[in-house]
Amino acid sequence: MSSIIGFYSLVLSSSLSFLIIFFSIKNFRNSKTLDKRIISLSFLQFFLVLISFLGLIISFINSDFSNETVFNHSHTTKPLFYKISGTWGNHEGSLLLWLLVLTLFIFLFIIKSRQQSTQYRILTLLFQQVIIIGFFVFLLKTSSPFNYIFPVPEEGLGLNPILQDPALAIHPPILYLGYVGSSIIFSSALSAVSLNYITKEWASHIKQWVLLSWIFLTLGILLGSIWAYYELGWGGFWFWDPVENVSLMPWLALTTLIHCILVLEKRLILTSWVVVLSISTFTLSMCGTFLVRSGILNSVHTFANDPERGLFILIFLFTLIFLSLFIFFFFHKKNNKIDNSIFLFSKETSIIINNWFMMYFLSVILIGTVYPIFLDVISSQKISVGPPFYNKLIIPFLIPFLFAMTIGPKLKWIKSDIKDKIYLFLFFLISLFISILIVKNLKINFLLNTILITFSFYLFFITLRDFFIRKNKNLSQIIAHFGFSLFILSILFNNIFTTEIITNLKVGESFVSEKINIKFENLSQTQKQNYKSFIGKFTIENDKGNLEIMEPELRIYNQPNITTSEADIKTNLLSDRFITMNIVQSQDYFNIRYQIKPFMIWIWLSVLLITTGGFLRLTKKI
Amino acid sequence: MKYKIVPFIVTFLFIVSFIFFFKGLKNSNIYIPSNDFEKEIPFFTTRLFNSNIKINSDEIFKNNKYYLMNIWSSWCAPCRDEHQYLMELSKEKNLEIIGLNYKDNTLNAKKFLNELKNPYSNIILDPDGLIAIEWGAYGVPESFLIYDKSIIKKIIGPLNENLVFEINGLIK
Repeated sequence: MSSIIGFYSLVLSSSLSFLIIFFSIKNFRNSKTLDKRIISLSFLQFFLVLISFLGLIISFINSDFSNETVFNHSHTTKPLFYKISGTWGNHEGSLLLWLLVLTLFIFLFIIKSRQQSTQYRILTLLFQQVIIIGFFVFLLKTSSPFNYIFPVPEEGLGLNPILQDPALAIHPPILYLGYVGSSIIFSSALSAVSLNYITKEWASHIKQWVLLSWIFLTLGILLGSIWAYYELGWGGFWFWDPVENVSLMPWLALTTLIHCILVLEKRLILTSWVVVLSISTFTLSMCGTFLVRSGILNSVHTFANDPERGLFILIFLFTLIFLSLFIFFFFHKKNNKIDNSIFLFSKETSIIINNWFMMYFLSVILIGTVYPIFLDVISSQKISVGPPFYNKLIIPFLIPFLFAMTIGPKLKWIKSDIKDKIYLFLFFLISLFISILIVKNLKINFLLNTILITFSFYLFFITLRDFFIRKNKNLSQIIAHFGFSLFILSILFNNIFTTEIITNLKVGESFVSEKINIKFENLSQTQKQNYKSFIGKFTIENDKGNLEIMEPELRIYNQPNITTSEADIKTNLLSDRFITMNIVQSQDYFNIRYQIKPFMIWIWLSVLLITTGGFLRLTKKI
Repeated sequence: MKYKIVPFIVTFLFIVSFIFFFKGLKNSNIYIPSNDFEKEIPFFTTRLFNSNIKINSDEIFKNNKYYLMNIWSSWCAPCRDEHQYLMELSKEKNLEIIGLNYKDNTLNAKKFLNELKNPYSNIILDPDGLIAIEWGAYGVPESFLIYDKSIIKKIIGPLNENLVFEINGLIK
């Protein structure tokens, strides 16, 4: 029943798009005030998609297996929480969620943009409706979440156990808020270009949307990363997997956009940057959707390999790209009246430097992600691009990037000189000294690591000083940059100081080395609602004689029949201890992986700090 | 002039990438290892396990002999099971066993060999699993019987008594 309501509500909602477009075009010709009907219709469209989405959730809660999506992705023994999160844990449901957020955001945009010109608001709505229609067609034609199956199956196929995790239950909605927010920026930039409406006022109005999408995108990526760390049991938090890369690319574009918007708001320069970045953020999000949904890449996010779907998104993606190229090249005029001059020592210069570095990082990731697909087409060679590629190309360039990040905010707009800046030099010497002390005794590449750590510390100290000295002046920037320095430092120390032990143990055996003593005490077995659990008990004694009990778990799920390994992770402010246990087939041996990962929690905390910076800026009334 | 050419170049680049993606969609992304027999062995270069000296496949399989290339790893439990059969086969004079140490940690691998003895006349390294992919291997353990640089038999999974008997028959 709920599926039927959901389906018809969706169809009705899609037809509203044409009504909205009709009224908008009518309104666009004689535009003094915005037609009230457009606002009501936009709300109605959102409301109908909401009903449809709730209908799908109810089908999942009731385990209504006459619905194909529910049958494929749910099971009666699944806990209620995961039945609900299963709604968007699959291709069809997640697209419905996309659509829900799309319609919600355009409604919010319309009611929040009262100060802007009516023509601009209507044109943005029209561009947004093009995207919404694209998604409606995609959903109804190739991936309807409300397909009926007869005869009705007794039991569903179940949700992939590795997706049954609290972090992953909220990861997709948060990430979509970010992606869809970028669609508003896209439509708004296109309409502003067409109407020659790029002004300082426009910049401060769209800045709110940029910040909002950026916050959600950052949090979404963070949640995905936390999930990978806790659930996949490899002990890493970022694998340069194509699927991770496609979420990082829009993030880089969006971060660059934030900085450019700030310049535009102050000086009305860098307009081309802003427009191109607004367009590319959303097209990169769509490109990511294409890459993971079409099955052209293989990953957890590839819900189904259906070439028809891939073809649809591909055509849709390139329609949007060519549309925006057309608008950009034909309508975008550089305003020559305005003073374009940029001095060497100014905030503008450092932001442009920042932009170019960001674009470099973006291209490296883009090439690493897309090149294997291109190579496969040209020569049918299969290659896989892994962490070494990204590490080698990205890490050295972090050094000047960090430096620009430290010095840039110190400079003034338009032109500044270097006076009273002796402390900058002093702090640099302190950072250099500390990092030499740290790196000296380690068997790692001395030069690169020293310089990298020096510049990270440099940013760290300078932002820390600013935090205490200039009270509340651009606090958001200071916190975000401080967060970034903390982020780089935690990753560096995490990489340098991680120790790992891999061994095979039987119950009762121990692994003994100079520094550590791992004893496999016992193995207990329990039956849970939808899986069987084996918990191993290990006592770990370090060289200081501290004892710690760790209990990694193996879960054998009944539906689908998959074994997952749940790491046991003990966290404190200084380090994480991470242990996983895996079955070694047909023997009583278990493969044990024990890792000590310093400063792990600071990686998450620093990303939260960076987000806080963005959040402060969003709430600040200007 | 410069301004007019940019749109064309950009548009052209996007058209090219559209074509690539379109073609890429039709390629299957599911990797199916090739299953051909009597096939020439792939050429590769790698390093020796003991001495870390560079070596290529022509040098490894140069003799007029039967070779058994066994893909193994210290973390692979079935490899422990099949080890006794490898030890048995290593007594054959007409057969040389080459070990391909797959995605392994050298220390663990050495420990493994010290514990169970070394049946291999040569061990080569495949730290990232690329050589195994070229050979069309599905996993570990897997063994290939080779003569005159072509694969005569491919054994997926651990060796057992019947397979040892069969190999003995083939190399006589």
